[in-house]
Amino acid sequence: MAGGEALIRARGLVKRFGEFTAVDGIDVDVQRGEAFGFLGPNGAGKSSTMRMIGCVSPPTGGELTILGMDPHRDGPAIRARMGVCPQEDNLDLDLTARENLTTYARYFGISRATARRRAAELLEFVQLAERAGSRVEPLSGGMKRRLTIARSLVNEPEIVLLDEPTTGLDPQARHLVWERLFRLKQQGTTLVLTTHYMDEAEQLCDRLVVMDGGRIVAEGSPRTLIERYATREVVELRFGGAGLEPFAGKLAGIGERIEVLPDRILLYAGSGDAAAAAVYARGLSPSGVLVRRASLEDVFLHLTGRQLVEAG
Amino acid sequence: MTRPGAVLEYHLAGYRRVWRGTVFSSFLMPVLFFLGMGLAVGEYVDRGGGLDLPYQQFIGSGLLAFTGVQIAMMESSYSVMGGFKWQRIYYGMAAAPLRVGDMVAGQLGYIGLRIAIAAGAFLVVMVPFGAVGSGWAVLAPLVAVLVGLAVAAPMFAFAATVQSVNMLAVLFRFALLPMMLFSGVFFPVSQLPAGLEPVAYALPLWHGVELCRTAVLGPDAPIGSGWPVPAHLGYLGLWAAGGFLLAVARFRNRLAV
Repeated sequence: MAGGEALIRARGLVKRFGEFTAVDGIDVDVQRGEAFGFLGPNGAGKSSTMRMIGCVSPPTGGELTILGMDPHRDGPAIRARMGVCPQEDNLDLDLTARENLTTYARYFGISRATARRRAAELLEFVQLAERAGSRVEPLSGGMKRRLTIARSLVNEPEIVLLDEPTTGLDPQARHLVWERLFRLKQQGTTLVLTTHYMDEAEQLCDRLVVMDGGRIVAEGSPRTLIERYATREVVELRFGGAGLEPFAGKLAGIGERIEVLPDRILLYAGSGDAAAAAVYARGLSPSGVLVRRASLEDVFLHLTGRQLVEAG
Repeated sequence: MTRPGAVLEYHLAGYRRVWRGTVFSSFLMPVLFFLGMGLAVGEYVDRGGGLDLPYQQFIGSGLLAFTGVQIAMMESSYSVMGGFKWQRIYYGMAAAPLRVGDMVAGQLGYIGLRIAIAAGAFLVVMVPFGAVGSGWAVLAPLVAVLVGLAVAAPMFAFAATVQSVNMLAVLFRFALLPMMLFSGVFFPVSQLPAGLEPVAYALPLWHGVELCRTAVLGPDAPIGSGWPVPAHLGYLGLWAAGGFLLAVARFRNRLAV
């Protein structure tokens, strides 16, 4: 990616709300054609960052350039070339799916005929063609989300901002959204998304930053982040309902690192099977053993000491 | 197509679905007042000779202006608040290349159009009752639009910051109703108790009523306080322009978080 054209460039970007600092001096470069992710828990500053990039929220400090322009001065010109799928859908529930797209297209100065044609194509793209004439209100959450994504594409944007595109969707609906976003990426659209789902980040992002408390704590491709901050495999151990701290002591020395969570112990090791065998060899008999590949969840846990999506 | 025009189009698309429901409040209600009060109460008033003109003429022109204010209040309150709080449509607009001024101007344009249609229809109803006395009457719907915007624009500013629907209900009770009663729609403001007359002068509706009466009954009709037409127009223009600027500022604050 190095040497490519940075569509979004931030240096020391800050957003404060009164005393509260939501974004605390971050540097970001997003290249044309890549899928870039902001991964972090709720309150990490992801959405505030997205709103600054979307030119609706003025930065409190630092530099921000989008498509080579200044968001403060050229907001409308930047927004004309960008699509935004906000965290909360803001569709007009009383209009039909089609009308939501055609009326929105008009804000971009798109002719009525083009708006109608593009609405039909996009409804097809997000698999809502049969619901084109339905009011939006009774549509399912997944359908509304897809419609919001379709709306964000109505101006054929160069950059699409997706703020938690699949939060609140059932697994089937999530996979459908991922599949559509993947196609967009293949077509060369630059995607910028936030998520607190590590599987989403792994599926979609070429490159991502991990955010915590308004700062960037790590940056890289999902694979390099996992290689750098986690081992190849993880063993998840459960020991009935008992307190886990005593077991942690007995496990010392197995694998490279141990994390004690409220409900289980994570054992980081190059080979999960070998580590699990070592656990049994010490005479321990966990009630549950799961060997799995390390994920971004583990990266986040290692970097912040906290889980990305709180258990329970 | 201009960007405020695109916003106007959006609101018209919504109106296409709900227009039947608005016919009663924005058209039939003033007509009922016109017929009920105008015919029944009018007979007593005219018998007493308290006015220099038939009561039906008096009340018709007043209700025409009131139609504008009423539609303005309804369309600039809950829908503006909901645009931030419920459906959040303004946030969607803000993500498009619209300016805040486009959003406000487009929606005000929509409200103006609604008023022009309702007031025009009402004017047609007035004709067979002999309540229209001058060719200038064709300008009356435009006056209704102006007084409507003079109310709607500051309402936008208010509704953009209000936190609870109760505040809007209070406004309807303590602003719209008194404005309707004390702005010379049903009786001349000179009949008001001494202290209240200046209040009527401060309210936009009274200026709209005076202008509508002048238009509907002709410049020589024996009505009004004698304020020159440009003064009324200027006062209403001030409310509309001041309200617009305030609304844009508040929309911008609300959106830029």
